[in-house]
Amino acid sequence: MSVESLDIAPRARRPLAARTDVIAMMLGLATLTVCVTLLAQMGLVSVSFVKLLGKTLCLCLAALALDLVWGFTGILSLGHFAFFGIGGYAIGMWLMWDRTEAIVAASLAQSTLPPTPFEIREAIGTQIFGVVGTSEIPWLWAYAGSLPLQLAFAVLVPGLIAGIFGWLAFRSRVAGVYLSILTQAGTLALSLWLFQNDSGLRGNNGLSGLQNIPGLTDVPQSVISIWFLWASAIALALSYLGASWTVSGRFGSVLRGIRDNEARVRFLGYEVEHYKLAVFTGTAMLCGLAGALYYPQAGIVNPAEIAPIASIYLVVWVAIGGRGRLYGAVIGAAVVSLASSWFTGGGAPDIELGFYTIKWTDWWLVLLGLSFVLVTLYAPKGLGGLVDIYTHKRARRREDLGPDQGSLRGEEEQP
Amino acid sequence: MSALLEVSGVTKSFDGFKAIDNLSLSVNEPELRAIIGPNGAGKTTFMDLVTGKTRPDSGTIRYGELSRDLTAMSEAQIARAGIGRKFQKPTVFEDQTVLENLTMALAAPRNPLNVLLRRPDRSARAAAVAEEVGLEKDLNKRAGILSHGQKQWLEIGMLLAQEPRLLLVDEPAAGMTTAERERTTAMLVEAAKTRAVVVIEHDMEFVRRLKCRVTVLHEGRSLAEGSLDHVCADPRVIDVYLGRPEEADA
Repeated sequence: MSVESLDIAPRARRPLAARTDVIAMMLGLATLTVCVTLLAQMGLVSVSFVKLLGKTLCLCLAALALDLVWGFTGILSLGHFAFFGIGGYAIGMWLMWDRTEAIVAASLAQSTLPPTPFEIREAIGTQIFGVVGTSEIPWLWAYAGSLPLQLAFAVLVPGLIAGIFGWLAFRSRVAGVYLSILTQAGTLALSLWLFQNDSGLRGNNGLSGLQNIPGLTDVPQSVISIWFLWASAIALALSYLGASWTVSGRFGSVLRGIRDNEARVRFLGYEVEHYKLAVFTGTAMLCGLAGALYYPQAGIVNPAEIAPIASIYLVVWVAIGGRGRLYGAVIGAAVVSLASSWFTGGGAPDIELGFYTIKWTDWWLVLLGLSFVLVTLYAPKGLGGLVDIYTHKRARRREDLGPDQGSLRGEEEQP
Repeated sequence: MSALLEVSGVTKSFDGFKAIDNLSLSVNEPELRAIIGPNGAGKTTFMDLVTGKTRPDSGTIRYGELSRDLTAMSEAQIARAGIGRKFQKPTVFEDQTVLENLTMALAAPRNPLNVLLRRPDRSARAAAVAEEVGLEKDLNKRAGILSHGQKQWLEIGMLLAQEPRLLLVDEPAAGMTTAERERTTAMLVEAAKTRAVVVIEHDMEFVRRLKCRVTVLHEGRSLAEGSLDHVCADPRVIDVYLGRPEEADA
């Protein structure tokens, strides 16, 4: 066999635009956004439903990030939803500040003397932090009035935290379950700190009223919800492309190698720690972006969102969807989080057993837990594995298996 | 010929047990060298020390013209300096294709940014290596479905792709058929024409076929060195391999 005539076209080497999952994802997202936009304009879907879809896309984005770090690189992070929350806080600070500033300025304009900048600041402080018994503006809010800076923080702060944490942990070769425990402990510490009133982020009240976008007070929520749906879909689409590109080629090989046999990758001359750090930090930033898009649609962010359980949900979504494949994470997050809203939102009818009534609002978590256990035990490929059932059957007929070439084909053809 | 690897006075103990005891050894370039010894002689620990997996308690390991101290370098740095290692059990990435395995091993920049952004097509180079180890027809097969012998060859191929100056090979013939062994011997002899190859083995027949200088390791020390016939005639080696009569009596 000459080198020139080699037909080297395995899935991963094909250009992105020719890969089935990438095409399907792009078409799916485009169809979803266009259809929902049209339906919304016809008044057939509610604003809250559009927001639910928009939020779901952001959760898919976070799941995509977790799949990169867990499914591909093998780092089970139980803290990536904290980065999502931090993104939400960063954008929430600007939303609250700017809106409060506008309200305060309008009300102070009624007074006889024009207000000084100091008075405006004072009034904003009372307005935002009165709820935690202070009017002092914490240092964290120093740049809350600047949208570009807060947007940058939404991505850079998660990146910085992940970078420092990862550098310390990976450098000391903390891996496996120990790393998972560390990420969870860090997440717990962050949420406990945020719960405190003197954290400077309004304690357990969190930041609220985020659905009101400053400067767009005249635009109805029905329009804003569509904008955010589009923004979320575009963010997910671009991230999906970026993630597909990242995990293709040698970089993806190295990541999967680290997941399967870290020591072997080291002996090939790759600095495993640098790769881990890059992926951990990059995905943290992606989660920050997803959070910054999510919370203006949710309207409120509070410390409970950052609690470790949220990060565990993220892991459950990726596991159910099928880790190690990007579309698996997206499907898992979409299916499970939508099912979750359906069950807990009273959408699923209660089951009357005569002696007991199964209320799904109570029983949904049991169902979710059970599916997680079943998927882990019996279908480790998750929902994504369903795709294999179809494609493998097709591929097997074309492939020569083992030394007895074509033996399987012969077998299959027998009646 | 000059010494490529210079191990001098290296000691390594685990919980009081001296796995390597004041070992000195030097390997030239090019050279094919076999290290033999009974179980627990410290063969694998020796490899771990050279490749940076474990650090010696004392002694130095110097490498190359610059006499770089390997004991102060990370596993990845040592690998990039040109030392390749083949494990006893074939360790290839089973979830990835032969091509992907080889491409990962090919000598090329290894820092994350470069790997992510610069993606020249290296498939021809990988295919050439595959041809060397007889896997040219299996490029797109998942490494997991290869036979045991093919996996060993793939791993040797990955080592060759790294273009190392020093190749450490741990029991390459274990679990192979006679035909596979012959092919493996040929590969190693060929590789040793241009670089240093150290083969760790306790199968004497396989070592005989390599026709090379042999170092006998026992209880972490170098017991004898020379041609296979020479060391086999050494009474101390006979003692080690056939057991000491006084101990057998006890």
